[in-house]
Amino acid sequence: MSLARRARAKRHIAQVAAAVLGAFLVVWSLVPLYNMVRVALQEKEDVFSSNVIPATPSLHSFWTVFDTSYWLLAKFWMQMSNSFWIGVVVASLTLIIGTLTSFTIGRLRIRQGWMLTNAALMTYVIPMSFLAIPFYGIMGKYGMTDNPLAVIAVEVTFATPYAIFIFQQYGASIPYELDEAARIDGASPPQIFLLIYLPLMAPALVAIGTYALLLSWNEYLYAFLLLSTEGKLTVPVGLGKFLNSDEAPWNYLMAAAIVYAVPPMVIYYAFRRKMSTGLTMGGVKG
Amino acid sequence: MAVTSTIENPVVARAQTRSVSWRKLTRSDRLWALAFATPYVLVFAAFVIYPICFGLWLGSDPATYRQLFADPVYPSALRNTLIYLTVAVNLKLFLALLLSGFFMRKGWWTKILLLIFILPWAVPAIPGYISIHWMLNSQWGLVNNAIWSLLQADGPPWLDNSALALGSVIYAHIWKWLPFWTIILMAGRMAIPLELYEAAKVDGASALDLFRHITVPMLASLYLVCTLLSSIWALGDFNAVRFISGGGPALSTHVLATLGIRNAFEIGNPPLGMATVLSALPLLIPLVILLMRQLKKGQVQL
Repeated sequence: MSLARRARAKRHIAQVAAAVLGAFLVVWSLVPLYNMVRVALQEKEDVFSSNVIPATPSLHSFWTVFDTSYWLLAKFWMQMSNSFWIGVVVASLTLIIGTLTSFTIGRLRIRQGWMLTNAALMTYVIPMSFLAIPFYGIMGKYGMTDNPLAVIAVEVTFATPYAIFIFQQYGASIPYELDEAARIDGASPPQIFLLIYLPLMAPALVAIGTYALLLSWNEYLYAFLLLSTEGKLTVPVGLGKFLNSDEAPWNYLMAAAIVYAVPPMVIYYAFRRKMSTGLTMGGVKG
Repeated sequence: MAVTSTIENPVVARAQTRSVSWRKLTRSDRLWALAFATPYVLVFAAFVIYPICFGLWLGSDPATYRQLFADPVYPSALRNTLIYLTVAVNLKLFLALLLSGFFMRKGWWTKILLLIFILPWAVPAIPGYISIHWMLNSQWGLVNNAIWSLLQADGPPWLDNSALALGSVIYAHIWKWLPFWTIILMAGRMAIPLELYEAAKVDGASALDLFRHITVPMLASLYLVCTLLSSIWALGDFNAVRFISGGGPALSTHVLATLGIRNAFEIGNPPLGMATVLSALPLLIPLVILLMRQLKKGQVQL
C-alpha cells in the first residue's frame, strides 16, 4: 500500500517538475519574440519608456511598413522582393547543380565520384565567413560588387554540399534496377535523370529547396559586404542599417523585422515534417 | 553495347549491365558524366578553390602577423573565441541532450510545447538578435524594465560591461540554436531500439541507469559529431557578436570572425583581416580532422 502511494507521489512530483520546466521553456523561447511584438506595437515616443506591456498598443508601425512612409523603410518592399528572388534563384541553382552532381556520383558511378564528395565535404567544413574577405576581393576584380549575382554565387556554393549529401543518401534508396531496366529499353543518362531520378527524388527536392531558400533568406554577411545600393539590398541588410542610423526608430524596425520573419516561419511550420526529415534524415544512420 | 547482344536472356543481361555500370562506363556515359559534373566543378573551382588560394596569398606576409599580434584587441578576441566555443557550444549541446529526452515524453502538451520551442530556430537570425540587443538595453530594454517594475531596482548594464556582454552573446547563441540541436538529438534517441530500455527495466534499472548505460553510450558518437560541427559553425559565426554586442564595449567582445571583417573592411586592411581569420586555422583544422575521422567510422552521417 505505502509502496503504491510512494510510486504515485513520485509520478506526481515528476509531472509537476515537467510542468515547471515546460512553463520555463515557453518563457525562454518567447521573451525575445514578445519583445519584438511589444516594441512594434508602440508609438515612436513610447519606445523610450519603462513599460513591460505597451500602454497604448497600436498597429501604426505596421501601417508605416506597409505604405513605406518612413525614410528608412522607403525601399522595404523592394528589399523583400530582392530577398525573395535571390532565394528562388539560389534554391533553383542548388537543386539543379546538386541533383546533377549526385546523379553523377550515385547513378553514373564514375570512378572519380569520391573527389566530388570530398570537394563537397571540404566546402561544408569551411566556415562561410572565413572566405568573405577574398571573395569580396575577387568579386571586386570581376566588377561584380553591388551585383546580386555575386550573392547568389556564394549562397549556391555553400548550399550545394549539403544538397549533395542528402541527395546521395536519399538516392541510395532508389533501386538501381530501375536505371538498368531503362537502359535496356534504350534510355540515355539525361532521360534516366529527368524521367526516373528526379520524380523519385521529389521529397528530397522539397526539403533541400526549402533549406536553400531559407539559407538565402537568412544570410546576412555576404549580402552586407557585396551589396551597397539601397534598392539592391536584401531585408536583413536593410534591418542592419537601421541600427546604424542616428535616430532609433525601434518600433518601425521591429515591425519590419516581424514582416520579414513571417514567411520563413510559415514555411517552417507548413513543411515541418518534410524539413525535419530533410534536416535530420542524415543525422542518424538507423 | 553489350546489352543488346544478350537481350534474349534477361538474367544474363541484367548481370552484365550491372557489371558494366560498376566497372566500365561507355564512352557516351563518360561524356554525360563529365557534362553533369561540370557545373559543380566550376562552382567549386571559382568560388571555393580560387578564394582559398587568394586568401592564403593575402595572408602570406609574416609582417602582417606581427602587426596583428601587436594589436591589443587581438588577444581578447582570441580569448573570447575560445570562451564562445567551449562555453556556448558545450552548454547548448548538454542542454539539448537533456531536453531531447524531455521532448520524447508522450502527450499532446509536449507536442504543442515543442512547436513553441522551435520558434527561435524558425525566426530568421537577424530579427531575433536585433530584438535581444534592444531587450538588453540597460536603460529602455524589456529585461531591465521588468527588473525595475518587480524590484524597483536598476538592472545590470548588460551590454556595457565586457563580461556581461560576452555572456549576452552566449545567451543569444544558445537561444537561437538550442532547438535545432535538440531536434537532431531527438532523432538520435528515436533510433535507439526500445527493446534495450524494456529489457533493462525488466532487470530493475532506474531512470538514471537507463540514461547512463543506454542513452549515453548509444548517443555518444552522434553527440561528438554534433559538438565538432557546432564548434566549426560557432568559430565562423559572425551574426551573434555583430548584432548583440557589436564587439563592444570598447572592442572587448570581438571574436576572430568579427575582428577579421572589422580589420578588412572597417579599418580597410584586407591582408590584416585575412591574417586574423587565418590565425583561427590552428583551431579549425583539428576540429575538421576529428570530424572527418568520426564520420569515416560511419556510425553517423551528415
